[in-house]
Amino acid sequence: MLSRVAENLYWYGRYMERAEDLGRMVNVNAHLMLDLPRRLAAGWAPLVRITGSQALFDELYEEADERQVVRFLLADPRHPGSVLSCLASARENLLAARDMVPREVWEQTNDLYLLAREQLSGHLAKRRRHDFIDDMIRRCQQLIGMLSDSMSHDHAWDFILLGRYHERADMTTRILDVRSAHLLRGVDEIQPFDQLQWMSVLKSLTGYQMYRRHVRLRVNGADVLRFLLGHPLFPRSVCFCLAALGERLQTLPRHQAALDAVGRIQQRIDRMDAEALVRGGLSRFVDELQVELIGLGETITQTWFQAESGNY
Amino acid sequence: MNRKHANDLDWHYRSDFHDELIGPRGGPRQAARRLWKYLRGLDRNELLERRDACEIAALVAGITFRVYHDEGSADRAMPFDLIPRVIPLGEWQRISAGLEQRVTALNLFIDDLYHEQKVVRDGVFPSEILAGSANFRSQCVGVRPRYGVWAHICGSDLVRDADGTMYVLEDNLRVPSGVSYMLENRQVMKKVFPELFEDIDIQPVDDYPARLLDMLAGLSPRPADDPTVVVLTPGMFNSAYFEHAWLAQQMGVELVEGRDLVVDDSDCVFMRTIEGLQRVDVIYRRIDDAFLDPEVFREDSVLGAPGLMRAWKAGKVALANAPGAGVADDKVVYSYLPEIIRYYLDQDALVPNVPTWRCSIRSELDHVLANIDQLVVKPANESGGYGMLIGPHASRKERERFKRLVKADPRNYIAQPTLAISTCPTLVPGGMGPRHVDLRPFILSGQEQYVTTGGLTRVAMRAGSLVVNSSQGGGSKDTWIVDVDGAGGS
Repeated sequence: MLSRVAENLYWYGRYMERAEDLGRMVNVNAHLMLDLPRRLAAGWAPLVRITGSQALFDELYEEADERQVVRFLLADPRHPGSVLSCLASARENLLAARDMVPREVWEQTNDLYLLAREQLSGHLAKRRRHDFIDDMIRRCQQLIGMLSDSMSHDHAWDFILLGRYHERADMTTRILDVRSAHLLRGVDEIQPFDQLQWMSVLKSLTGYQMYRRHVRLRVNGADVLRFLLGHPLFPRSVCFCLAALGERLQTLPRHQAALDAVGRIQQRIDRMDAEALVRGGLSRFVDELQVELIGLGETITQTWFQAESGNY
Repeated sequence: MNRKHANDLDWHYRSDFHDELIGPRGGPRQAARRLWKYLRGLDRNELLERRDACEIAALVAGITFRVYHDEGSADRAMPFDLIPRVIPLGEWQRISAGLEQRVTALNLFIDDLYHEQKVVRDGVFPSEILAGSANFRSQCVGVRPRYGVWAHICGSDLVRDADGTMYVLEDNLRVPSGVSYMLENRQVMKKVFPELFEDIDIQPVDDYPARLLDMLAGLSPRPADDPTVVVLTPGMFNSAYFEHAWLAQQMGVELVEGRDLVVDDSDCVFMRTIEGLQRVDVIYRRIDDAFLDPEVFREDSVLGAPGLMRAWKAGKVALANAPGAGVADDKVVYSYLPEIIRYYLDQDALVPNVPTWRCSIRSELDHVLANIDQLVVKPANESGGYGMLIGPHASRKERERFKRLVKADPRNYIAQPTLAISTCPTLVPGGMGPRHVDLRPFILSGQEQYVTTGGLTRVAMRAGSLVVNSSQGGGSKDTWIVDVDGAGGS
């Protein structure tokens, strides 16, 4: 397979996942705002920090209130990380590689972009916003289902999944970082809403229900960390994503460097001391994971997308 | 005779031109007899049903071409007419031989131009015409492509005049397109009219991709190994991208863009794959010379790959068509074809040229200016029907404008009589109507030659229109080469 096509498919996977994750995040935040007492709710500003686009936001908007943050994250074409921009990028990437996927996948991806462009223009009433996000998430899930069940699980498939799980691991670490920041500061004091707030971290990743099934304990910081970073069965945990990445990488030629990079991240998570991290140092730990994840991206790019040597 | 019924079609088909299916007395020509009988047995609903089936089949096959507008691009289905054009096998064999003769002569001519230029020294082809050629590439002088072949894939446009004579209108030696439609049209017809294919001896067309791949593989500079052939496309925004992708898929080779290719210091060409760099032996390029290699031609080109010309000249990669082949894809060169065939092959042209006046010659220029209202005037280097004047249909103002254009740059113009181009019955709202058609066969040249069985019949869907180009609303038909008496003769 041509490197260019592989790269298009990888980014298709990443952008689709990013759009879906952003949608989930906005919906969950809206719920959290309703659940938490006003003085504890962090408002909408953390969402901008999670996506790492604070500078651009400050340049384009005055205030981090719900309306402006939501517009920035969902509908602003000037923001390359908005849902609308992600869906446009996903479409562009797939367009260039559409011979590799079933025709319906291309058509649905195209439809999804057109729907977003239509729905996200003009004023975004809360109810309409909610309906759109639910619809979009459902369509993203449909697409991955269609891919999984109608496409050969060949290298083209491998690259889509590499993008998908790489993006998801990245997003999970970002959410964990920002969401837990203000929780950890007052860890020694008795916090009446401690449990509620750690629940909110889980909910940001739609992991609360699964956490309850797997952990069956009162929600506490260290367990949440262990669950979101290290649980082997929860599909949004970093550990699960790494395993999925490793599985795809195994099937690709010349995979050793990338596999090693995945292994290094896995080792960090295996060796982490969750209790200690809750007491302090989580932010630095997540930063280190992020650096490793970026490194993995570079290795993937160098190995498969920018070949300068090979079989003569 | 059936009684007239609301659902019956009006079969009073009449054309004021030579018609491909219907003879002068209103009955079908011999090769079309069975087809016509079958069609007449259908009522309106049955015919419309088959038309819908054709449309659906075309859609499913993904026969599209790309249309550009501000909102992005869209793939449109190329209009397809379900009534085929029929040519008797005997006639086709003569045409086919004529096409082989033409392309053989053209390749000898191109090879000569880039070497000794004997044809110029012997006074057959004027040096000032060569000097003014927009498509002569000095960078190609002295290069020796395998078998001396430069134009590996040629698409020649044929039309039939009032008296039934088939003429070659032009030879496309750069990046002729349309062959994918020819093959897909046949697939659609076989699905919709299987009974006709059982009944009539229609020659198959589907070996083209295999022939193309064989020809291309035969150009490999490493013939002992299993050569790597690729199709080079300008990218998905090109109007013929569907065909590029289709051909690559049919041949089972990679469809690459310029940025997928690298040329190393030893002048070898590689493509970037997930396995690493992979050597490329033969490139079927579907981008124009000018964009092929920014090291040599347009520096601003991002479509080609730097170093391709180096690699080609060093004999490390084969390019089809060869750079510079377009020198013979010029309407002034075209006018010299009869002389060129005589010069290199010592033969008369088997398929005639349309009589052509060359504005570069004073007496002929005068004739053109005086009779511009009866002539078709064409620029030498345009394709796709752009920039030409159809005298009888043009306004006085347009004619005067063209006279000025021609006088300012006579080398760049030729003129031809307005032909009474033949028609073929075509399904139109309200029944069957005559529509003008042309024919584009494809000729492959490598170690040996191959001519497609028939070609792509293009049809002007508007009544009276002569413009058959897909970019300007033309459609297409299946083309049947029919063995009338089962013996291969006429």
